[in-house]
Amino acid sequence: MRIRPKGDSSIVEGDLTPMIDMTFQLIAFFMMVINFSDAEQDQRVKLPASELAKPPAAPYEQPLTIHLTSNGHFIYAGNELTELARLRSALLRETQIILRYTSKQLADVTVIIRADKNAKTGLVQEIIATCQELKFEKFALRGKQSEKSTIRGA
Amino acid sequence: MKIRNTEHRETVVLQMTPMIDIVFQLLVFFVFTFKIVLPEGDFNIRMPSASASQTSQPSETPLLKVRLRATPTGELARVQLGDVVLDGSTPFAQLNQEIRNLVGDSGGPGSTEQEVEIEADYDLKYRYAMNAITAITGYVDDNGEQHKLVERVRFAPLPQ
Repeated sequence: MRIRPKGDSSIVEGDLTPMIDMTFQLIAFFMMVINFSDAEQDQRVKLPASELAKPPAAPYEQPLTIHLTSNGHFIYAGNELTELARLRSALLRETQIILRYTSKQLADVTVIIRADKNAKTGLVQEIIATCQELKFEKFALRGKQSEKSTIRGA
Repeated sequence: MKIRNTEHRETVVLQMTPMIDIVFQLLVFFVFTFKIVLPEGDFNIRMPSASASQTSQPSETPLLKVRLRATPTGELARVQLGDVVLDGSTPFAQLNQEIRNLVGDSGGPGSTEQEVEIEADYDLKYRYAMNAITAITGYVDDNGEQHKLVERVRFAPLPQ
C-alpha cells in the first residue's frame, strides 16, 4: 500500500467575505431599529385600538405609568398590585417624592393609564378617582394605533 | 548597479480575527438590546377632582352625556347620547355622526368648547369606552386626514 506523504498538505482558507457582509448587514439593521427610549410597555396588557391614538408631539416630563391587566391587577413601577389600596399607597409615596425633590406641581404631572382592552371601565375610573384624590389632573389614556376604523366595527 | 529582484515580494496578510471579534460583539449587543416597541398613542384628558372643578368657571355650553350600558358579561348593550338611544349596528359611528352634527363640523379643525361626559357601566369592557372616546374626539376622513371634534372629554364620577 502506498502511503501519501503527510508533509504535503496545503493550508485551506475559507472565504470570510460573505460572512462579514452578512454580519455587517445585521448590525446595520439592528442599528436602524434600535430604540433607546424608555417606553414603559408591558406584554400583559393588550391595549384597545383606536385610529385617533397618536403618539404625543413631545415626550411627557417624568410621567407616571399605571397598567391595568384584564384580570383587574394594577402594575405600577414593575410591581403587580392586586388591590387599589396598595396602588394608592404607592402613588402617595410617589407624590411625596415629587413634592420634595422636584419643583413640579402634581397637577402638571401626566398619569399614563395603560389599561387592557378587556379590563373593566369601572377600574379605570377608580384609578382616575384615586389619582384625583392625590391632586393629579392630567391623564393620558393609552391606546394602540390602528390603521382601520375602530368605531365602524363595534 | 545591482538591480533588486522585483518578483520576490512579501505577501501582506490582513488579520481578520480582531475585526470579526468586535463585529460579533457589536452584533450580540444589538441583538440583546433590541426590543419591539409597538406604536401607541394617547388621548389626553384633564380631569381635576370634583372639589377643584367646582371652583372653576362653569362652561356656557351644556354638558353632553354619553351613556354606555353593559351586558352582565361586559359587552356593549346600548349607547345613549343624552336621551337618544343609538341602536344601529354601528352605534359608535352613529355617535360620531351625531357629535359632528352637534358641533357643526364642516371638515375643518375642531375648536369647540363643548364638553362630553362619559357615563359607563362599571363592568363594561374598556375597549368600548375607548371606542366612545374615539367617536367623540374626532374622525379620520377618506383621505386619511384627522379631524378633531370635542377635546374636552371626561368620565362621570363613580356612584358611591
